[in-house]
Formats: sequence, structure tokens, C-alpha cells
Amino acid sequence: MMETVIALIKNPMVIEFIVTMVKIGFIFGLTIGFFAPMLAWVERKQSAVMQDRVGANRAGVFGFTVIGLLHSLADAIKLIFKEDFIPRGAERGLHTLAPALAVIPALVVFAVIPFGGQYTLWGLDVNLVIADLDVGLLYVFAISSLATYGVVIAGWSSNNNWSLLGGLRASAQMFSYEVTMGLTVIGLIMYYQSLSLVDIVAKQENFWHWGIIWHFPAFVLFLACAVAENKRVPFDAPEAESELVAGYFTEYSGMKFVMFWTAEFIEMVSISGMCVALFLGGHHIPFLTQKFLLTALGDIFGPDWGGVVVMLIGVGVFITKLVILLVLQMTIRWTMPRFRYDQIMKLGWKMILPLSLCWIFLVGVGILTGVMPTP
Amino acid sequence: MKEENREKGYDFHEASRTETMTINMGPSHPATHGTVKFFLTLDGETIEDIDVEIGYLHRAFEKECEAQKWNGVFPYTDRLDYTASVLNNVGYAMAAEKLIGIEVPERCQYLRTMISEMARMSGHYTNVGAGALELGALTAFIYFIEARELLWDLIESVCGARLTHNYVRIGGLTNDLPDGFRENVKRVFAKNRKLWDDFDIMLTKNRIFLDRMRDTGGISQKDAIAWGFTGPCLRATGVPYDVRRAQPYLVYDRMNFDIPVGTTGDNFDRYLVRMEEIKQSMSIVEQCLAQMPEGPINVDDARWRMPSKDDSSTRMEPLIFHFKQVIEGPSIPVGEAYQAVEGANGELGYYLVSNGGGKPWKCRVRPPSFALTSALPLLVKGSLLADLIPTFDMINLIGGECDR
Repeated sequence: MMETVIALIKNPMVIEFIVTMVKIGFIFGLTIGFFAPMLAWVERKQSAVMQDRVGANRAGVFGFTVIGLLHSLADAIKLIFKEDFIPRGAERGLHTLAPALAVIPALVVFAVIPFGGQYTLWGLDVNLVIADLDVGLLYVFAISSLATYGVVIAGWSSNNNWSLLGGLRASAQMFSYEVTMGLTVIGLIMYYQSLSLVDIVAKQENFWHWGIIWHFPAFVLFLACAVAENKRVPFDAPEAESELVAGYFTEYSGMKFVMFWTAEFIEMVSISGMCVALFLGGHHIPFLTQKFLLTALGDIFGPDWGGVVVMLIGVGVFITKLVILLVLQMTIRWTMPRFRYDQIMKLGWKMILPLSLCWIFLVGVGILTGVMPTP
Repeated sequence: MKEENREKGYDFHEASRTETMTINMGPSHPATHGTVKFFLTLDGETIEDIDVEIGYLHRAFEKECEAQKWNGVFPYTDRLDYTASVLNNVGYAMAAEKLIGIEVPERCQYLRTMISEMARMSGHYTNVGAGALELGALTAFIYFIEARELLWDLIESVCGARLTHNYVRIGGLTNDLPDGFRENVKRVFAKNRKLWDDFDIMLTKNRIFLDRMRDTGGISQKDAIAWGFTGPCLRATGVPYDVRRAQPYLVYDRMNFDIPVGTTGDNFDRYLVRMEEIKQSMSIVEQCLAQMPEGPINVDDARWRMPSKDDSSTRMEPLIFHFKQVIEGPSIPVGEAYQAVEGANGELGYYLVSNGGGKPWKCRVRPPSFALTSALPLLVKGSLLADLIPTFDMINLIGGECDR
């Protein structure tokens, strides 16, 4: 009995399964468990700091408010116990399905984003990405365009004109920015000559090969598209409060509302994760190679434990970069007013799209003439 | 498939037909905040037709005034344009004084001018800030709300109220300035100038804000005059009409201030005019404080201005007048009078008729935002739904004033 269990555990497939499950658990915990409530808190507190206010500080347990952190918990409890209301005349099935359609693609995108490097621990190869797909980038775009369905279906099935308008705006906006976002990264694909995010990150080990160094215009365009894709201010026309009440999720309450709300935060995290992987060198620290870290820390902790420390450092660096991008997006959100719907389209098709095409051309010329040395 | 369609009478034109969508915007809509309803006919996002339904804040103000004694009307006037409440007080008091034919002491005139300009600032802070808010710039809104709070602290120290400032009486004021008021003004205005600059940096040259405000909700000079526009919305079209200059009242003729005018009459010009007026109002307040003479703040005539508590509890005649005022109200001579002041939204006129009793026989208000709101369909028809938001905000419909 015991021997079969040990044999089973030693089976490489089982080990791989367990490792993958741990990675999936980590990503779930990171996005839903950590970033979603934390971003709700950051949004409150950062806006409060920017606006010279105190911000959320009421919710507490036995008088301990923990700088307002418990608000996310209180919100969660409140929203779970709220009535799940489906308006009369709504398409019940689709109305229920839509929040799931919005939140799942946001989560699934994370599968191909490397949150660390490759390590060998106790003879086991650990690659800190859930699925190392050769077509990682294509996968990201394919999946994230599915998120549009959630929004459109939510808008249509609610039987509310404001929701419908919001859904239509969202669909137009998300489709157009998907196209432009795809084009902004073409230059990077040419530069790194790979569609796999793991490869791209691995090629950024040298600081001078980071995406942001050679592709700064693409970084700016990509970030603009990313904010538009997440439908956050200044691109929040689909849910513009003063125009469309709450846009496509006007008729949602309770946990379904939370799902849209978390979807927005998770999309922010995953798109920032993409950005880190593509432009900011993933888990790499500038001017410190992984090999150097491994030898330096391996001397102190031994090769295996040294590897674990390097892995933790890598994940920490990845999360730090993520947080910097998230705070940047929050700052934009609390600084800018909102575009008009047609101006968003004009910006996407008439500004970002031609600019990204120009950039592709320039990168092509740069690579051909050798001005831009490929890694 | 084709056969089938023909059998069913499939008609391509019928299938690709588009319809307009009718939609109720308000009264419980974030942009209309309970005071108005738009019945919109939308073609996609374009406004084909708009029906503005006002009256959600109708309180029968004019009828209610007829049931109150002359001084009892003041609390109702506060609630007309509640973002700039003292201005309404001043207009009503001046109309009543015109009817009586008295002139208030010089210090009182300075104080009224000063508090009017503070009210105008408060109105403009609210309007411009809310405009930013409704375009999604919450931070800018909070900056101006802070400025307004500080200003309200000042007004509170003068009259005791924070929203419905009730300071003016027929023939005078409730009380004089408190101690340390000048220093507070200096401190608050320094801070407000900084907040004004911050707000200006955040919005005036912000490309997104410019795109939203420029060329939306515009009106020509001719139309604006024809529709009875006054105030910042008229001045944005380039007409330098300001009641403070055209028919100077109080001590405005002694003040040195500019009347900002726009060129195109669109939302951005309305915004700029209001922003500049905030600055001008600050300078007027400072000029008032610098020039203000010492002296009484009330007319020395117990028939019109209620005698002070000290007097009425120690001397007989003031006691009689006090009694008469409370029980009967001041018996203002028979006649009628119209007095206009420059409200935060435009010409705020009071037309009072007295039949010699202690109560107004008729109290008609000319609310500036009524005329502005009536032109709203003209401003937004054919534009996008999203343009309705800044236009409606810059028109600045104040429910209390428009519906009365």
C-alpha cells in the first residue's frame, strides 16, 4: 500500500500535476484572494490621499480598523447576503451567465503569464507559469476578447435601455482596442522572435533587452489600450455613471455585481502582468542575472534552498512591478475626466492604430538595418 | 433558404430597419439628481428629440410667500438657488426696500456686496466642480468642494448657517462681522487661490476635458438673447451683460472688476467665464473689506427693521414696534417694484406687489435657470447623449430656483 503511494508520488506525471495545481492555486490566491480586495482598498485610500480626504476607516473588529483594510471584508459579507435580483423581463439564463463570462477570461489569461523563471529544485524542473504555450500571446488575445461577450450579454439580457447602451459601447470599444492592442505588440514579437511569453521574458534577462528600453512608444500605446480594454477612466464610457447610470451592470446586484467588479480588478492585474512580461522584464532585476543570484545565494543556502530563495525573489520582483503598474493605472483613473464614446473610437482607430503601424515599420527597419540588435 | 424567406414575406428593408429608442433620463438618474426628467428619443446615441420635464422641486414658493409676513419670506428665498443662497436674500430685501423707498447704511451695502460675491463663488464652485465630476474627474470636484467648504466656514462665521445662509433682512442685516473675520478671509482666500490653480491645471488644458467641452452645447449670440439667457451662459457668447454693470446696485459702481466674456458660447466658454468670475469675486470681496466704513448696519427706523432685543426689552416704543412687526408684519406701502441682482446663474429678479398689509400680495421671481433650461432642447438636439451631460451641467439648472 505504502509503496504504491510512494510510487505514485514519484510518478513524474503526478508530480507535474501537483506542481501545476500549486501554481494555479497561487495565481487564484494572488488575483482573487489578494489583488481584488487589496485593489478595492487601494482605490479607496489612494483616491483619498489624492483628494485630501481620510478615506475608508469605519469598518473594524473590536475597534481595530487596520487602516480601512477590513472594508473589503465588510463589503464582501454585505454583498454575499444581498438579494440576487433579476429584473422582470430579463433573460434569466443569460443574465446569470454574463458575470461568469466576464470574470473567467480575466482569470484564464493569467495561465500564460510567467510570474517567475525556470528553476531546478531537488532535481525537479519548476517553470513558474501555468501553461508554457508557444502561442502565448495569441492565446491572451483570443481569451481576452471573450470577455466582451460577458459585457454584451449583460447589457442585452438586462432588459434595460441604459444597460443596452452600455453593452453596445463596451462591445465597440473592446473590439477596437483589441485590434490596436494586438498591433502594438507586433513590434515586440518581431524583436524577440517568439510568441511565447516565457521566451520573451527569458530574453529580457539583460536589462538592455527589456521591452521598455527599445519599445517605449509601444509600451505607452499598449498601456493606453490596456486601460481602454479594462474600461477604466478615462475610457469608462460603457459604465459612465453620469451618462448611463452604471452601464451594462445597472441591473446587477449582490454577488453578480461583485463578479463584474472583481472582473475589472482582475483584468487590471492580468493586463499589468502582460505588460510586466512584455516590457518590464518579468521577474528579472536590472543588471542582476539569475545565474549570478543562483551562485551567490547557492553559496549561502545550498543549491536547492538557494534556488527557492531566488524563486521567491523572482516572484517578489514580478509582484512589485505589477503593483507599480497598478498604482500608475489608479493614478490615471483618479486624475482624468472621461472621454466621449466617439472620441474613444477616434483615438483607437485614428491615433493608436496608425501609430502602432508606424512603430511596426520602424522596428522592421531597425531590425533589418541592425540599428536595433535583437537579443 | 431563399424560397422559405419569400414564403414568409422576408423583406430586407424590414429586417434592416432601425428604430429610435425612447428613454427616460431622470428624475432618479445620477446626472439629473432628482430635479428634472428628460424624455429622450435616441437614434443610436444621437439625441433626436428631448423633452425636458421640470417641476420635481416645485414648492409653490410664490404662493407660499403670500402667506408669510415680509420678513418671513427670507427662509424661502434661501432655498431658491441653494448653491448661492445669500444672493437670493439680497435680491428680495432690495426689492422690498425699493418698495418702501429706504436706503440701507453704507456699511450694510458693503457687507451685502461682500456676502453676495461669496455666494457667487460658492455657486460657481459647485457648478464647475460638479461639471468636472460628471465628466468623471472626481478629484477636481473634491478640490473645489474643499474650497467651497472653507468659504462656507467664513459664511457660517457671519450668519451661522452652512447651506441656506440667511443673513439679510429688510432694512439691514442680522448681525455685523465677527471678530477676526478679515484674517480668516485672508487665510481662506490664499488657500482657495491655490485650489483654483490646482483645478485649473487639472482641467483647463486637459485634452480630454477640452474635447468634451469644446463645441458642445453651443448657442449663437442672437439665439441666446432671444431665449432670454443671462449670466455666465450669455456672457460666454460674448455679450458683456452683467446686472452689476448694467444697472449697478449696492456698491458695485465703486468696485473694480472685469466682466469675462467668451467668444463661441459653448460649454468650454461657460466654464472659463465661471472660472474667471470666481477670481473676480475674490477680488471684489477683498476690495469690499478694504473700503468698508464703520457704522450701523441697519436703517434707524423701527417700522422696517426689527429693533434690537436690548432696545425692545428696555424701552417702550421699540417694544411696540417689535410687537407690531411680529404680529402684523411691516406694513409696506402699496405699490410694486422690480429689482434684479446678478445671481450666480444670471439675472435674478424679484417683482413684489404690496397692498399695504404685512404680507406680500405677490412675490414673483425671475429665475435665470428657467430661461436657460427652456433652451436646452435647442442646445442638445442632434448631439450625442454624452454631450447632454456637460451641457446640462453648464446650463446649471438649480431645481430650487427653476421650479420654485
